[in-house]
Amino acid sequence: MEWLERFFPYILAGLSVGGQYALIAIGYTMVYGILRLINFAHGDIFTVAGFIMVYMSATMPLYISIPLTIILTVLLGFTVERVAYKPLREAPRMSIMISAIGMSYLLQNLMWYVTGGLAKQYPVIPFISDSIVVWVTTTKIVTLVTPVLTIVLVILLQQLIHHTKLGMAMRAVSRDFETAKLMGIQINSVISATFIIGSFLAAVGSLLYFSNYPTVTPTVGAMPGLKAFVAAVFGGIGSIPGAVIGALIIGVSENLIKALGYSTFSDAFTFALLIFILLAKPTGLFGEKIIDKV
Amino acid sequence: MKKLVAIVLALMLVLPVFATGEEYAGTITIGIFEPASGDNGPGGKQETLGMYYAHSLVNTVDLNGKLYKIELVEVDNQTSADKAPAAAQTLVSRNVNVVLGSYGSGASMAGSPIFEAAGIPAIGVSCTNPAVTLGSPLYWRICYTDDFQGDVLANFAYNDLGISTAYTLNMLGEDYGAGLVNYFTKAFEKLGGSVVADTFPEGTSDFSAYLQNAANFGSGVIFSPSSTVYASLLLGQAASMKLEVPFVAGDTWASSVILQAVQNTDTKVYFSDFYDENNKDATEISKEFVTGFKAWLNASPQNLTNNGGNDIIAAVSALGYDAYMTAIEAIKKTETGSAAEIAAALPGVEYEGVTGKIVFDENGDAKKDIAYIKIADTEKLDYIFVTTTSIDTEE
Repeated sequence: MEWLERFFPYILAGLSVGGQYALIAIGYTMVYGILRLINFAHGDIFTVAGFIMVYMSATMPLYISIPLTIILTVLLGFTVERVAYKPLREAPRMSIMISAIGMSYLLQNLMWYVTGGLAKQYPVIPFISDSIVVWVTTTKIVTLVTPVLTIVLVILLQQLIHHTKLGMAMRAVSRDFETAKLMGIQINSVISATFIIGSFLAAVGSLLYFSNYPTVTPTVGAMPGLKAFVAAVFGGIGSIPGAVIGALIIGVSENLIKALGYSTFSDAFTFALLIFILLAKPTGLFGEKIIDKV
Repeated sequence: MKKLVAIVLALMLVLPVFATGEEYAGTITIGIFEPASGDNGPGGKQETLGMYYAHSLVNTVDLNGKLYKIELVEVDNQTSADKAPAAAQTLVSRNVNVVLGSYGSGASMAGSPIFEAAGIPAIGVSCTNPAVTLGSPLYWRICYTDDFQGDVLANFAYNDLGISTAYTLNMLGEDYGAGLVNYFTKAFEKLGGSVVADTFPEGTSDFSAYLQNAANFGSGVIFSPSSTVYASLLLGQAASMKLEVPFVAGDTWASSVILQAVQNTDTKVYFSDFYDENNKDATEISKEFVTGFKAWLNASPQNLTNNGGNDIIAAVSALGYDAYMTAIEAIKKTETGSAAEIAAALPGVEYEGVTGKIVFDENGDAKKDIAYIKIADTEKLDYIFVTTTSIDTEE
């Protein structure tokens, strides 16, 4: 019981961080599932959402600025897909990947340009930013809200994928791009829908993340983005439950490593874990089996 | 017709040279080697503001009856030790005569060999790591160093706060933090205290585990000299955890970013500083600087933004002002203001600055022995002066 009391604060923080990684990781994994593309700009969309919120909340009340931030972020994700990925649909996979990297740097440098590189303080969202005592530790309410909200959103997303027409189209496109097209599925609108969902979750993730860590800089999304990507690969890229479980495992283990006094190695551990998983199970925890058709 | 255009264009390039030739005997260029982006961007901008203010007061020098114009060239070293050499190279290729900067010891050390190879003297403004000037004959410095600062802070924590256990936290691979933690630990352990050290990797935003470590260890103080970006995250999380342990840090934390982070919280933040704008015993020069600089800041919205949106004077702005004026003093001792002459003149400079008297020792460090300890006010955006400390570092 004593060790649980000692480690409880770390586990709680880990679940919260994991939940935030999960919301970003879903964006990576969904896009990969459908386009077989790693959308490197996703972490930057997350950061842009943070800045939009900073600027919006300076002039508008929260009940307008929060929905507006989400809408603008979704619009950004949609635009990125239309401008940088759609024209390259028939191009080799490598070209579209390079385009994604370019988009990532473009967004990052735009943020440098607009903000001048200065850190901005994220607005305080009432209620979720309040402190609360949980058993032996004091934390922000958002720490408790994050994992719960993540799981609720994922359940809703699973419903969407398995029980709606759009979800069926998504599954079909992810199974076989060409055939789905021949069957009359509107490929472009399905892909746009994927980007919209991914960006929506990134916006929600950014609200939760920056309420906990209220300093926004242009490069702040790089680390969470990278770890979310690791989580997506860890859980089996293309699988949504896999991404969530991967993210939670990474979040918790990262914090436990710090608790044991090896904080210097916490990031090294995350990436070492990725290598081990890929060696043992190349498709990740919940990855789809690769069947070679002859 | 084409020839005519070419001749006109060529003349337009040449004529300005003649035009300045009539008014001034020449131009002396001072390079500003400061971070405008990256983790130290906010501090670098405040330091640069002090230099521009000084330039607005003194922008010509009279050398042997000939008037020389002073020009400022600014580069952004992006806080980073890998990008600083390229920025330094830009200054060298612009033929600057003397360099001021940088905020952040890491960037200064990275730029140092390039200035030295080009024979350009550099004046460190707020880079406190002793290694900046040690073994670099062309690097001078106008602020106190980390061995002094670490000593002062350790004494303050042990004697004034009455604390015997400390938790240190700094960023991996950052010269400033690692140096200061090292000196603090040495001094604190010598006094009889115990220290637990921890480091965090670049890009960390979740500090809850580190703060929990500090609490579990039962430390009486958290010593965390880090850039203000990490500091504001650290303080925000400490406040939401209701951690009652006070923070102690170095000169970097004398920033409005820190003040904003502790507003309406119970977090106690002590830090040492180079300068105190509200000092009652201030010299005339210092008082004049405070009123003049505030008026200058308020006259331009852009300057106010770069200062963090208010007219609180950062110590680094005062140091930036002093660095510029020290350079001017050195230039006045030369015949033509060339880099080699300035380098030769600097050791003999004596200048009564805003932050105190500036005289260099054999290492090229200003002999400064006073640190101002302040606490961040949690109710309004301001510092509260606690005490001045000077320590006899003679063993």
